[in-house]
Amino acid sequence: MRHVLSILVENEPGVLSRVAGLFSGRGYNIETLNVGPTLDREVSLMTITTSAPEVVIEQIIKQLRKLVTVIKVVDMNDHMAVEREMMLVKVGAEGEKRAEILRIVDIFRCKVVDVSSDELTIEATGDRGKLEAIIALLQRFGIKEIARTGAVAMKRSMQ
Amino acid sequence: MELSGAQILFECLKREGVDAVFGFPGGAVIDIYDEMPRHPEIKHYLVRHEQGAIHAADGYARATGKVGVCLVTSGPGATNTVTGIANAYMDSIPVVIFTGQVPSPLIGNDAFQEVDIVGITRPCTKHNYLVKDVARLAGVIKEAFYLARTGRPGPVLVDLPKDVIQARTEFKYPRQVRMRSYNPNLTPNAKQVARALEAIHKADRPLFYVGGGVVSSDAHKELTWLAKKLNVPVTATLMGLGSFPGDDPLWLGMLGMHGTYAANRAVQECDLLVAVGARFDDRVTGKLATFAPGAKVIHVDVDPTSIRKNVRVDVPIVADCRETLVALKAQVEAAGGPETLRRKRQQWTETIKAWKIDHPLTYNGADSGEIKPQAVVETIYELTKGEAIITTEVGQNQMWAAQFYNYHKPRTLLTSGGLGTMGYGFPAAIGAQVAFPDTLVIDVAGDGSIQMCIQEMATAMCYNLPVKIVILNNGYLGMVRQWQELFYKKNYCATCMDWAPDFVKLAQAYGAEGYRVTDPAQVRPVLAQAFGNGKPTIVDVVVSREENVYPMVPAGASLHEMLLV
Repeated sequence: MRHVLSILVENEPGVLSRVAGLFSGRGYNIETLNVGPTLDREVSLMTITTSAPEVVIEQIIKQLRKLVTVIKVVDMNDHMAVEREMMLVKVGAEGEKRAEILRIVDIFRCKVVDVSSDELTIEATGDRGKLEAIIALLQRFGIKEIARTGAVAMKRSMQ
Repeated sequence: MELSGAQILFECLKREGVDAVFGFPGGAVIDIYDEMPRHPEIKHYLVRHEQGAIHAADGYARATGKVGVCLVTSGPGATNTVTGIANAYMDSIPVVIFTGQVPSPLIGNDAFQEVDIVGITRPCTKHNYLVKDVARLAGVIKEAFYLARTGRPGPVLVDLPKDVIQARTEFKYPRQVRMRSYNPNLTPNAKQVARALEAIHKADRPLFYVGGGVVSSDAHKELTWLAKKLNVPVTATLMGLGSFPGDDPLWLGMLGMHGTYAANRAVQECDLLVAVGARFDDRVTGKLATFAPGAKVIHVDVDPTSIRKNVRVDVPIVADCRETLVALKAQVEAAGGPETLRRKRQQWTETIKAWKIDHPLTYNGADSGEIKPQAVVETIYELTKGEAIITTEVGQNQMWAAQFYNYHKPRTLLTSGGLGTMGYGFPAAIGAQVAFPDTLVIDVAGDGSIQMCIQEMATAMCYNLPVKIVILNNGYLGMVRQWQELFYKKNYCATCMDWAPDFVKLAQAYGAEGYRVTDPAQVRPVLAQAFGNGKPTIVDVVVSREENVYPMVPAGASLHEMLLV
């Protein structure tokens, strides 16, 4: 099953490679990985999504907690959480296609962030399901490029 | 007062109680060596290869329970320690490795003797550091020692750029370590302890299965007390040997691939397995699906990742082994003393006794005229009465040393359990001899393994460390040959050591003593002479060439599917 792990780490050189090395060295997979600063300048937040059987997930979480530079690991699957990912999609938009693409942009509350005579670049935000739906719908217009941030997540205030 | 990085290093080592450093100099650490003569309390042992330094520090740590220390230069000095670091990591041995590094401004420039040793050792250290600022040096060293010895112990590497060693700062040694991200839980949950005790009491066929955690947490006294008072038989992993007296009736011997018949049968038929400081390694469990099929499992380990990694656990206890056994003992006493909780379990005891009598550790051909390697180990035991520190290389020599020598005390068998490092035993023996100059230290070796770190003969001579090397010389890489014989149709590819040095002359070339034994009648007198001569010594014992280690559970088979003699 897919799990979203929020990992608070000491903000110091090598911490990413410790975490990434743990996954590669023990044969776990990383589907998405996102790292960013937090309110505390000495702490970074890593969000990793990974899919594995539950016993393996348990082992991944324990192994992460064992890393000396990891402060806290939260499995978002254990909580009510909001999950979002941002994606940029460059799609072919010549002639009549353009209007149709803009309708999709509108329906999914995306934004057009770059435009040229034959292409549109769209910014989309949502959970994984929404982004996959957008990609599926844009496919037939010819997607040229995709850049995704990987998921970030936060526990809901009301649990 | 301002001190240089090198001076700070020595001040820190003193405050950590370090009295021995195993090392090898080089350009990046020359400032440390320049400072060294001003600190005679810390004795430096110059090895002949950095692998020898790390193994010696590891052997010192295993023999004493203290943190072993190793100091090497950058680049090749650092990479030469990697095998030994991985070795210490696999066996959870507290070692701190100081490596030199090129000056900070040159890092990343492919400078002379530069290597990213922090990157290289990330997966095989408990933690590692690159010190970028001399102001952080004392704090990092304090943390390194703390990390190495607490929780599940392990190696910690500290990489020291040359400019950091030369830079000066005010020296202040932190009194305590505060790390928000590292807080190993040592105290057992009282409810879990009560559940464990209840399960032990209820069990008809309980079994203690203990590992290196009992040795590293010094829990052997509590283990012995509990096993005897509650009448529970004990088996141990290779790493756990010595944590329970080898001559006690409750002792079953080692379990696993080359475990005793009684130990492996007991695992398969017990209804409660009490695992303490052991990690259900594949060499112990054999085929996991059929391992201890009828048993409830209690698992005590300080490392949460060990629990439920390989087997399901009914009563997990994440805590220090010793603290857990102390808590168990206290609950036994609170319940009205051992008498109320002791059960006879006559059937279980009788069954185990029968297994031991019907299938003891044994070998054929004791009167064949050839020297049997097992007999050599038995003779070593008889001559030393179990009072020696035994180190081993890896392979058949290691298994025979584990099987045919009764370990009575922890820290008397130093062996590369997890990584299986050939070449470990001799430098580890040097480390142990440094720690215990008056104890007999014997490396049980093979003719293959001993050649991997043989250069340390010079170290042993130089510091007058009278380590004894007993080579069980069969002219083969015996364990691999055994597998080839049993599972690869005797295709002895690359396992015959066609050419070997004359080990007697080799010893003599270093100024050490050398003996060669070919006659079974000479084994005892020559070993006795060697053990009494007070000098580094090689005893080259020519043994039956194609002797195999039995029992053997073939890889992937169930524990009860043993090949016997």
